[in-house]
Amino acid sequence: MLSHDDLQALWLTLLLASVTVCVLLVVGTPLAWWLSRTRSRCRTAVEAIVALPLVLPPTVLGFYLLVAMSPRGLIGAPWLQFTDSTLSFSFTALVIASTLYSLPFVVQPLQGSFEATGRVPLETASLLRASPMDAFLTVASPLALRGYITAAVLGFAHTLGEFGVVLMVGGSIPGQTKVLSIAIYDHVETLEYAQAHLLSGGLLVFSFLTLLIVYGLNRRLPIRVT
Amino acid sequence: MNHIIQTLALLLLLFGNTPSSYAAELSVAVASNFLAPLGVIAEEFEAQTRHQVLISSGSTGKLYAQITHGAPFHILLAADTQRPHRLVDEGFAVEGTPFVYAVGRLALWSPIPGQKINGLNALLKTDIRHVAIANPKTAPYGQAAYEVLHSEDLWDVLRPRIVQGENIGQAFQFVASGNAEFGFVALSQILNPKNNRSGSRWEVPSHLHTPIEQGAVLLRKGESHEPAIAFLHFLRGTFARQIILGFGYELNAK
Repeated sequence: MLSHDDLQALWLTLLLASVTVCVLLVVGTPLAWWLSRTRSRCRTAVEAIVALPLVLPPTVLGFYLLVAMSPRGLIGAPWLQFTDSTLSFSFTALVIASTLYSLPFVVQPLQGSFEATGRVPLETASLLRASPMDAFLTVASPLALRGYITAAVLGFAHTLGEFGVVLMVGGSIPGQTKVLSIAIYDHVETLEYAQAHLLSGGLLVFSFLTLLIVYGLNRRLPIRVT
Repeated sequence: MNHIIQTLALLLLLFGNTPSSYAAELSVAVASNFLAPLGVIAEEFEAQTRHQVLISSGSTGKLYAQITHGAPFHILLAADTQRPHRLVDEGFAVEGTPFVYAVGRLALWSPIPGQKINGLNALLKTDIRHVAIANPKTAPYGQAAYEVLHSEDLWDVLRPRIVQGENIGQAFQFVASGNAEFGFVALSQILNPKNNRSGSRWEVPSHLHTPIEQGAVLLRKGESHEPAIAFLHFLRGTFARQIILGFGYELNAK
Protein backbone atom coordinates (compact mmCIF):
# COMPACT_ATOMS: atom_id res chain seq x y z
CA MET A 1 0.00 0.00 0.00
CA LEU A 2 1.77 3.11 1.24
CA SER A 3 5.50 3.11 0.71
CA HIS A 4 7.88 4.01 3.49
CA ASP A 5 8.46 7.40 1.88
CA ASP A 6 4.76 8.14 1.69
CA LEU A 7 4.16 7.13 5.30
CA GLN A 8 7.01 9.35 6.32
CA ALA A 9 5.49 12.24 4.34
CA LEU A 10 2.11 11.62 5.97
CA TRP A 11 3.57 11.62 9.46
CA LEU A 12 5.63 14.71 8.72
CA THR A 13 2.60 16.56 7.40
CA LEU A 14 0.51 15.78 10.47
CA LEU A 15 3.39 16.82 12.70
CA LEU A 16 3.89 20.06 10.80
CA ALA A 17 0.19 20.93 10.93
CA SER A 18 -0.01 20.17 14.66
CA VAL A 19 3.07 22.15 15.59
CA THR A 20 1.96 25.04 13.40
CA VAL A 21 -1.47 25.17 15.01
CA CYS A 22 0.07 25.21 18.49
CA VAL A 23 2.41 28.03 17.55
CA LEU A 24 -0.42 29.91 15.88
CA LEU A 25 -2.76 29.64 18.86
CA VAL A 26 -0.06 30.96 21.15
CA VAL A 27 0.90 33.80 18.82
CA GLY A 28 -2.57 34.41 17.48
CA THR A 29 -4.44 34.74 20.76
CA PRO A 30 -2.79 37.94 22.03
CA LEU A 31 -2.76 39.34 18.51
CA ALA A 32 -6.45 38.66 17.96
CA TRP A 33 -7.26 39.90 21.43
CA TRP A 34 -5.42 43.13 20.84
CA LEU A 35 -7.07 43.58 17.46
CA SER A 36 -10.51 43.07 18.97
CA ARG A 37 -9.96 45.61 21.76
CA THR A 38 -7.64 48.29 20.49
CA ARG A 39 -8.60 51.69 19.23
CA SER A 40 -5.09 52.28 18.02
CA ARG A 41 -4.55 53.74 14.59
CA CYS A 42 -2.26 50.87 13.72
CA ARG A 43 -5.13 48.44 13.94
CA THR A 44 -6.18 48.69 10.32
CA ALA A 45 -2.61 48.29 9.15
CA VAL A 46 -2.05 45.26 11.38
CA GLU A 47 -5.30 43.70 10.18
CA ALA A 48 -4.18 44.19 6.61
CA ILE A 49 -0.82 42.58 7.33
CA VAL A 50 -2.46 39.60 8.98
CA ALA A 51 -4.69 39.12 5.95
CA LEU A 52 -1.84 39.37 3.43
CA PRO A 53 -1.27 35.60 3.06
CA LEU A 54 -4.87 35.32 1.86
CA VAL A 55 -4.19 37.41 -1.21
CA LEU A 56 -0.48 36.99 -1.93
CA PRO A 57 0.66 34.19 -4.19
CA PRO A 58 2.58 31.62 -2.10
CA THR A 59 5.54 32.30 -4.37
CA VAL A 60 5.93 35.79 -2.91
CA LEU A 61 6.15 34.43 0.61
CA GLY A 62 8.35 31.58 -0.63
CA PHE A 63 10.73 33.97 -2.33
CA TYR A 64 11.13 36.26 0.68
CA LEU A 65 11.53 33.34 3.05
CA LEU A 66 14.14 31.74 0.84
CA VAL A 67 16.17 34.93 0.85
CA ALA A 68 15.64 35.61 4.55
CA MET A 69 16.40 32.09 5.76
CA SER A 70 19.60 31.57 3.79
CA PRO A 71 22.77 31.40 5.93
CA ARG A 72 23.47 35.01 5.00
CA GLY A 73 19.87 36.14 5.30
CA LEU A 74 18.08 38.31 7.80
CA ILE A 75 16.79 35.38 9.86
CA GLY A 76 19.17 32.70 8.65
CA ALA A 77 22.41 34.38 9.70
CA PRO A 78 21.54 34.93 13.39
CA TRP A 79 19.93 31.51 13.44
CA LEU A 80 23.17 29.94 12.28
CA GLN A 81 25.08 31.83 14.91
CA PHE A 82 22.87 30.79 17.80
CA THR A 83 22.02 27.24 16.87
CA ASP A 84 24.99 26.30 14.71
CA SER A 85 22.59 24.81 12.19
CA THR A 86 21.20 26.30 9.03
CA LEU A 87 17.57 27.27 8.92
CA SER A 88 16.77 26.66 5.28
CA PHE A 89 15.52 23.21 4.29
CA SER A 90 14.75 22.33 7.91
CA PHE A 91 11.52 21.35 9.63
CA THR A 92 11.76 24.58 11.64
CA ALA A 93 11.82 26.53 8.40
CA LEU A 94 8.57 24.88 7.37
CA VAL A 95 7.01 25.70 10.73
CA ILE A 96 7.96 29.36 10.29
CA ALA A 97 6.64 29.36 6.73
CA SER A 98 3.38 27.65 7.71
CA THR A 99 2.87 29.95 10.67
CA LEU A 100 3.02 32.98 8.42
CA TYR A 101 1.02 31.29 5.70
CA SER A 102 -1.84 30.18 7.97
CA LEU A 103 -1.85 33.24 10.24
CA PRO A 104 -5.12 34.77 8.98
CA PHE A 105 -6.91 31.45 9.28
CA VAL A 106 -6.30 31.49 13.02
CA VAL A 107 -6.29 35.19 13.89
CA GLN A 108 -9.47 36.12 12.04
CA PRO A 109 -11.83 33.59 13.67
CA LEU A 110 -10.37 34.38 17.09
CA GLN A 111 -10.72 38.10 16.55
CA GLY A 112 -14.27 37.58 15.33
CA SER A 113 -15.30 35.63 18.39
CA PHE A 114 -13.57 38.02 20.78
CA GLU A 115 -15.45 40.88 19.17
CA ALA A 116 -18.72 38.96 19.31
CA THR A 117 -18.28 38.54 23.05
CA GLY A 118 -18.55 42.26 23.47
CA ARG A 119 -17.45 44.31 26.45
CA VAL A 120 -20.26 43.55 28.88
CA PRO A 121 -19.11 40.11 30.16
CA LEU A 122 -15.60 41.41 30.72
CA GLU A 123 -16.72 44.58 32.40
CA THR A 124 -18.92 42.48 34.66
CA ALA A 125 -15.96 40.28 35.46
CA SER A 126 -13.87 43.28 36.29
CA LEU A 127 -16.65 44.61 38.55
CA LEU A 128 -16.43 41.28 40.33
CA ARG A 129 -12.74 42.10 40.82
CA ALA A 130 -11.34 39.63 38.38
CA SER A 131 -7.90 40.62 37.16
CA PRO A 132 -7.69 41.21 33.39
CA MET A 133 -5.78 37.93 32.97
CA ASP A 134 -8.32 36.14 35.11
CA ALA A 135 -11.17 37.67 33.17
CA PHE A 136 -9.59 36.62 29.93
CA LEU A 137 -8.99 33.05 31.03
CA THR A 138 -12.29 32.42 32.78
CA VAL A 139 -14.68 34.58 30.74
CA ALA A 140 -13.40 35.64 27.36
CA SER A 141 -11.66 32.40 26.35
CA PRO A 142 -14.56 30.06 27.11
CA LEU A 143 -16.92 32.40 25.32
CA ALA A 144 -14.62 32.25 22.34
CA LEU A 145 -14.48 28.46 22.35
CA ARG A 146 -16.12 28.21 18.96
CA GLY A 147 -13.65 30.69 17.59
CA TYR A 148 -10.83 28.58 18.98
CA ILE A 149 -12.13 25.40 17.40
CA THR A 150 -12.65 27.07 14.06
CA ALA A 151 -9.22 28.68 14.24
CA ALA A 152 -7.45 25.43 15.16
CA VAL A 153 -9.16 23.42 12.46
CA LEU A 154 -8.73 25.98 9.72
CA GLY A 155 -5.10 26.49 10.68
CA PHE A 156 -4.52 22.74 10.69
CA ALA A 157 -6.32 22.12 7.41
CA HIS A 158 -4.70 25.04 5.67
CA THR A 159 -1.26 23.82 6.69
CA LEU A 160 -2.09 20.36 5.35
CA GLY A 161 -2.95 22.02 2.08
CA GLU A 162 0.21 24.07 1.90
CA PHE A 163 2.19 23.51 -1.26
CA GLY A 164 3.71 26.46 -3.07
CA VAL A 165 5.74 27.84 -0.19
CA VAL A 166 7.07 24.40 0.76
CA LEU A 167 7.98 23.68 -2.82
CA MET A 168 10.09 26.81 -2.84
CA VAL A 169 11.81 26.58 0.54
CA GLY A 170 11.62 22.88 1.40
CA GLY A 171 14.10 21.08 -0.81
CA SER A 172 12.09 17.85 -0.61
CA ILE A 173 14.15 16.10 2.08
CA PRO A 174 12.45 12.87 3.21
CA GLY A 175 11.53 13.07 6.87
CA GLN A 176 12.48 16.74 7.07
CA THR A 177 10.62 18.76 4.49
CA LYS A 178 8.99 16.32 2.09
CA VAL A 179 5.37 16.78 3.08
CA LEU A 180 2.34 15.07 1.62
CA SER A 181 1.55 17.70 -0.98
CA ILE A 182 5.12 17.47 -2.32
CA ALA A 183 4.98 13.67 -2.33
CA ILE A 184 1.76 13.83 -4.34
CA TYR A 185 3.32 16.30 -6.77
CA ASP A 186 6.32 14.00 -7.25
CA HIS A 187 4.08 11.01 -7.89
CA VAL A 188 2.05 12.92 -10.46
CA GLU A 189 5.19 14.22 -12.18
CA THR A 190 6.56 10.71 -12.51
CA LEU A 191 3.19 9.36 -13.59
CA GLU A 192 2.85 7.17 -10.51
CA TYR A 193 -0.86 7.71 -10.48
CA ALA A 194 -1.71 4.80 -8.19
CA GLN A 195 0.26 6.32 -5.33
CA ALA A 196 -0.94 9.80 -6.19
CA HIS A 197 -4.53 8.59 -6.06
CA LEU A 198 -3.99 6.88 -2.74
CA LEU A 199 -2.49 9.95 -1.08
CA SER A 200 -4.84 12.44 -2.71
CA GLY A 201 -7.92 10.40 -1.92
CA GLY A 202 -6.77 9.94 1.64
CA LEU A 203 -6.16 13.63 2.06
CA LEU A 204 -9.52 14.48 0.54
CA VAL A 205 -11.45 12.16 2.84
CA PHE A 206 -9.43 13.19 5.88
CA SER A 207 -9.93 16.90 5.22
CA PHE A 208 -13.63 16.46 4.62
CA LEU A 209 -14.13 14.41 7.78
CA THR A 210 -12.17 16.89 9.87
CA LEU A 211 -14.26 19.79 8.67
CA LEU A 212 -17.45 17.79 9.07
CA ILE A 213 -16.71 16.83 12.65
CA VAL A 214 -15.69 20.32 13.61
CA TYR A 215 -18.62 22.07 12.03
CA GLY A 216 -20.87 19.48 13.65
CA LEU A 217 -19.30 20.02 17.07
CA ASN A 218 -19.39 23.74 16.62
CA ARG A 219 -23.11 23.72 16.05
CA ARG A 220 -23.90 21.59 19.06
CA LEU A 221 -21.38 22.84 21.52
CA PRO A 222 -22.97 24.72 24.43
CA ILE A 223 -21.05 27.72 25.61
CA ARG A 224 -20.19 27.50 29.27
CA VAL A 225 -18.69 30.19 31.38
CA THR A 226 -17.21 28.90 34.61
CA MET B 1 -31.01 39.55 -34.22
CA ASN B 2 -30.14 39.59 -37.89
CA HIS B 3 -27.93 42.53 -37.21
CA ILE B 4 -25.94 40.61 -34.61
CA ILE B 5 -25.44 37.65 -36.93
CA GLN B 6 -24.24 39.95 -39.68
CA THR B 7 -21.76 41.60 -37.35
CA LEU B 8 -20.51 38.24 -36.14
CA ALA B 9 -20.08 37.00 -39.67
CA LEU B 10 -18.12 40.10 -40.54
CA LEU B 11 -15.88 39.67 -37.51
CA LEU B 12 -15.27 36.05 -38.46
CA LEU B 13 -14.30 37.10 -41.95
CA LEU B 14 -11.94 39.70 -40.61
CA PHE B 15 -10.20 37.73 -37.87
CA GLY B 16 -11.23 34.12 -38.14
CA ASN B 17 -8.93 33.01 -40.86
CA THR B 18 -5.44 34.34 -40.54
CA PRO B 19 -3.57 34.03 -43.83
CA SER B 20 -0.52 31.79 -43.58
CA SER B 21 1.85 34.54 -44.67
CA TYR B 22 1.29 36.15 -41.27
CA ALA B 23 3.83 35.45 -38.56
CA ALA B 24 2.68 32.45 -36.58
CA GLU B 25 3.17 31.33 -33.02
CA LEU B 26 5.26 28.35 -32.13
CA SER B 27 5.21 26.66 -28.78
CA VAL B 28 8.38 25.03 -27.44
CA ALA B 29 8.67 23.00 -24.24
CA VAL B 30 12.23 23.04 -22.97
CA ALA B 31 14.13 21.33 -20.18
CA SER B 32 15.19 23.97 -17.65
CA ASN B 33 18.94 23.60 -18.29
CA PHE B 34 18.49 24.76 -21.90
CA LEU B 35 16.17 27.68 -21.16
CA ALA B 36 18.83 30.39 -21.49
CA PRO B 37 20.43 29.21 -24.75
CA LEU B 38 16.97 28.63 -26.20
CA GLY B 39 16.14 32.24 -25.40
CA VAL B 40 19.07 33.44 -27.48
CA ILE B 41 18.35 31.03 -30.33
CA ALA B 42 14.64 31.84 -30.34
CA GLU B 43 15.34 35.56 -30.46
CA GLU B 44 17.44 35.15 -33.59
CA PHE B 45 14.84 32.82 -35.11
CA GLU B 46 12.11 35.37 -34.43
CA ALA B 47 14.16 38.12 -36.01
CA GLN B 48 14.74 36.03 -39.14
CA THR B 49 11.28 34.55 -39.60
CA ARG B 50 9.01 36.92 -37.66
CA HIS B 51 7.40 33.89 -36.07
CA GLN B 52 6.87 34.12 -32.37
CA VAL B 53 8.32 31.48 -30.06
CA LEU B 54 6.43 30.74 -26.86
CA ILE B 55 8.67 28.99 -24.36
CA SER B 56 7.59 26.79 -21.46
CA SER B 57 10.25 25.31 -19.22
CA GLY B 58 10.33 22.63 -16.56
CA SER B 59 11.94 19.32 -15.78
CA THR B 60 11.96 16.86 -18.66
CA GLY B 61 9.79 14.46 -16.68
CA LYS B 62 7.21 17.11 -15.96
CA LEU B 63 7.06 18.25 -19.57
CA TYR B 64 6.74 14.64 -20.67
CA ALA B 65 3.79 14.16 -18.33
CA GLN B 66 2.19 17.35 -19.60
CA ILE B 67 2.60 16.31 -23.24
CA THR B 68 1.05 12.90 -22.65
CA HIS B 69 -1.91 14.77 -21.22
CA GLY B 70 -2.47 17.01 -24.17
CA ALA B 71 -0.25 20.04 -23.56
CA PRO B 72 -0.32 22.23 -26.68
CA PHE B 73 3.42 22.17 -27.45
CA HIS B 74 4.82 21.82 -30.95
CA ILE B 75 8.36 20.88 -29.97
CA LEU B 76 10.04 19.29 -26.98
CA LEU B 77 13.68 20.01 -26.17
CA ALA B 78 14.34 17.41 -23.51
CA ALA B 79 17.39 16.80 -21.34
CA ASP B 80 17.50 13.13 -22.32
CA THR B 81 16.81 11.04 -25.40
CA GLN B 82 14.72 8.49 -23.61
CA ARG B 83 11.61 10.62 -23.23
CA PRO B 84 11.51 11.94 -26.81
CA HIS B 85 11.69 8.35 -28.04
CA ARG B 86 9.04 7.24 -25.62
CA LEU B 87 6.78 10.02 -26.92
CA VAL B 88 7.29 8.70 -30.45
CA ASP B 89 6.50 5.14 -29.33
CA GLU B 90 3.36 6.32 -27.59
CA GLY B 91 2.16 8.31 -30.57
CA PHE B 92 2.64 11.78 -29.07
CA ALA B 93 5.57 12.70 -31.30
CA VAL B 94 6.46 12.30 -34.96
CA GLU B 95 8.53 9.31 -35.92
CA GLY B 96 11.98 9.97 -37.31
CA THR B 97 12.22 13.46 -35.84
CA PRO B 98 14.16 12.92 -32.57
CA PHE B 99 17.76 14.09 -32.74
CA VAL B 100 20.43 15.04 -30.23
CA TYR B 101 20.77 18.82 -30.22
CA ALA B 102 23.26 19.05 -27.39
CA VAL B 103 25.23 16.95 -24.94
CA GLY B 104 25.07 18.43 -21.47
CA ARG B 105 27.83 18.74 -18.93
CA LEU B 106 27.28 18.33 -15.24
CA ALA B 107 29.22 20.56 -12.85
CA LEU B 108 29.65 20.71 -9.11
CA TRP B 109 29.32 24.35 -8.27
CA SER B 110 29.69 26.74 -5.37
CA PRO B 111 28.94 30.45 -5.70
CA ILE B 112 32.01 31.33 -3.62
CA PRO B 113 34.90 32.09 -5.98
CA GLY B 114 38.48 30.97 -5.52
CA GLN B 115 37.81 27.54 -4.07
CA LYS B 116 39.74 24.57 -5.33
CA ILE B 117 37.32 21.79 -6.01
CA ASN B 118 39.18 18.70 -7.09
CA GLY B 119 36.37 16.27 -6.85
CA LEU B 120 33.61 14.89 -4.73
CA ASN B 121 35.75 15.07 -1.59
CA ALA B 122 34.73 18.71 -1.36
CA LEU B 123 31.27 17.50 -0.33
CA LEU B 124 32.51 15.51 2.64
CA LYS B 125 33.70 18.45 4.68
CA THR B 126 31.64 18.80 7.82
CA ASP B 127 30.72 22.41 7.18
CA ILE B 128 28.91 21.43 4.00
CA ARG B 129 25.34 21.26 5.16
CA HIS B 130 23.40 21.11 1.95
CA VAL B 131 24.07 19.85 -1.55
CA ALA B 132 21.45 20.71 -4.15
CA ILE B 133 20.54 18.42 -7.02
CA ALA B 134 17.58 18.27 -9.36
CA ASN B 135 14.95 15.62 -8.70
CA PRO B 136 16.54 12.44 -10.15
CA LYS B 137 13.13 11.04 -11.03
CA THR B 138 12.10 13.85 -13.31
CA ALA B 139 15.29 15.68 -14.26
CA PRO B 140 18.08 13.97 -16.23
CA TYR B 141 20.69 16.25 -14.63
CA GLY B 142 19.42 15.06 -11.26
CA GLN B 143 19.68 11.49 -12.47
CA ALA B 144 23.26 12.13 -13.59
CA ALA B 145 24.12 13.64 -10.21
CA TYR B 146 22.62 10.62 -8.52
CA GLU B 147 24.71 8.29 -10.70
CA VAL B 148 27.89 10.22 -9.90
CA LEU B 149 27.30 10.06 -6.14
CA HIS B 150 26.20 6.46 -6.37
CA SER B 151 29.22 5.36 -8.38
CA GLU B 152 31.51 6.74 -5.69
CA ASP B 153 29.41 5.21 -2.88
CA LEU B 154 28.56 8.65 -1.56
CA TRP B 155 24.81 8.65 -2.06
CA ASP B 156 23.93 7.05 1.27
CA VAL B 157 26.50 9.12 3.12
CA LEU B 158 25.26 12.40 1.68
CA ARG B 159 21.56 11.59 1.52
CA PRO B 160 20.66 13.62 4.65
CA ARG B 161 22.36 16.68 3.17
CA ILE B 162 20.85 16.50 -0.27
CA VAL B 163 18.14 18.97 -1.14
CA GLN B 164 16.17 18.45 -4.30
CA GLY B 165 15.05 21.14 -6.66
CA GLU B 166 12.01 20.42 -8.72
CA ASN B 167 14.14 20.97 -11.80
CA ILE B 168 17.75 21.98 -12.45
CA GLY B 169 16.73 25.65 -12.42
CA GLN B 170 15.60 25.39 -8.82
CA ALA B 171 18.70 23.39 -7.86
CA PHE B 172 20.84 26.19 -9.29
CA GLN B 173 18.79 28.78 -7.46
CA PHE B 174 19.19 26.95 -4.12
CA VAL B 175 22.97 27.30 -4.49
CA ALA B 176 22.98 30.81 -5.97
CA SER B 177 20.83 32.10 -3.10
CA GLY B 178 23.31 30.67 -0.60
CA ASN B 179 20.88 28.17 0.89
CA ALA B 180 22.98 25.22 -0.24
CA GLU B 181 26.79 25.35 -0.26
CA PHE B 182 27.15 23.16 -3.32
CA GLY B 183 25.02 21.95 -6.13
CA PHE B 184 25.16 19.65 -9.11
CA VAL B 185 24.04 21.95 -11.87
CA ALA B 186 24.28 22.21 -15.62
CA LEU B 187 27.48 23.81 -16.87
CA SER B 188 25.27 25.92 -19.13
CA GLN B 189 23.75 27.61 -16.09
CA ILE B 190 27.16 28.65 -14.78
CA LEU B 191 28.24 29.88 -18.21
CA ASN B 192 25.02 31.80 -18.75
CA PRO B 193 26.24 35.40 -19.08
CA LYS B 194 23.01 36.68 -17.55
CA ASN B 195 23.63 34.83 -14.31
CA ASN B 196 26.98 36.60 -14.01
CA ARG B 197 28.16 34.15 -11.39
CA SER B 198 31.65 32.87 -11.54
CA GLY B 199 32.01 31.01 -8.26
CA SER B 200 34.02 27.83 -8.18
CA ARG B 201 33.28 24.73 -10.13
CA TRP B 202 34.39 21.23 -10.87
CA GLU B 203 33.30 19.85 -14.18
CA VAL B 204 32.25 16.31 -13.45
CA PRO B 205 34.08 13.88 -15.74
CA SER B 206 31.43 12.55 -18.08
CA HIS B 207 32.46 8.92 -17.62
CA LEU B 208 30.99 9.05 -14.11
CA HIS B 209 27.46 9.17 -15.45
CA THR B 210 25.42 8.22 -18.47
CA PRO B 211 26.04 10.91 -21.10
CA ILE B 212 23.44 13.65 -20.93
CA GLU B 213 22.38 13.49 -24.55
CA GLN B 214 19.59 15.97 -24.99
CA GLY B 215 16.96 15.09 -27.54
CA ALA B 216 14.68 17.34 -29.55
CA VAL B 217 11.51 16.00 -31.07
CA LEU B 218 8.63 17.28 -33.17
CA LEU B 219 5.41 16.64 -31.33
CA ARG B 220 2.16 15.49 -32.91
CA LYS B 221 0.66 18.97 -32.47
CA GLY B 222 3.50 20.46 -34.49
CA GLU B 223 3.45 17.83 -37.23
CA SER B 224 2.06 20.07 -39.92
CA HIS B 225 3.02 23.35 -38.30
CA GLU B 226 5.50 24.92 -40.67
CA PRO B 227 7.20 27.24 -38.10
CA ALA B 228 7.88 24.23 -35.86
CA ILE B 229 9.61 22.35 -38.63
CA ALA B 230 11.53 25.48 -39.55
CA PHE B 231 12.64 25.91 -35.95
CA LEU B 232 13.96 22.36 -35.66
CA HIS B 233 15.92 23.03 -38.83
CA PHE B 234 17.22 26.27 -37.37
CA LEU B 235 18.31 24.42 -34.23
CA ARG B 236 20.72 22.34 -36.34
CA GLY B 237 22.12 25.41 -38.09
CA THR B 238 25.41 27.23 -37.57
CA PHE B 239 24.02 30.01 -35.41
CA ALA B 240 22.30 27.66 -32.99
CA ARG B 241 25.34 25.37 -32.81
CA GLN B 242 27.58 28.27 -31.86
CA ILE B 243 25.25 29.33 -29.10
CA ILE B 244 24.98 25.76 -27.84
CA LEU B 245 28.77 25.38 -27.74
CA GLY B 246 29.09 28.77 -26.09
CA PHE B 247 26.94 27.62 -23.20
CA GLY B 248 29.32 24.74 -22.51
CA TYR B 249 27.46 21.95 -24.25
CA GLU B 250 29.09 19.51 -26.57
CA LEU B 251 27.62 18.58 -29.90
CA ASN B 252 26.99 14.99 -30.68
CA ALA B 253 29.83 13.46 -32.67
CA LYS B 254 27.57 10.77 -34.00
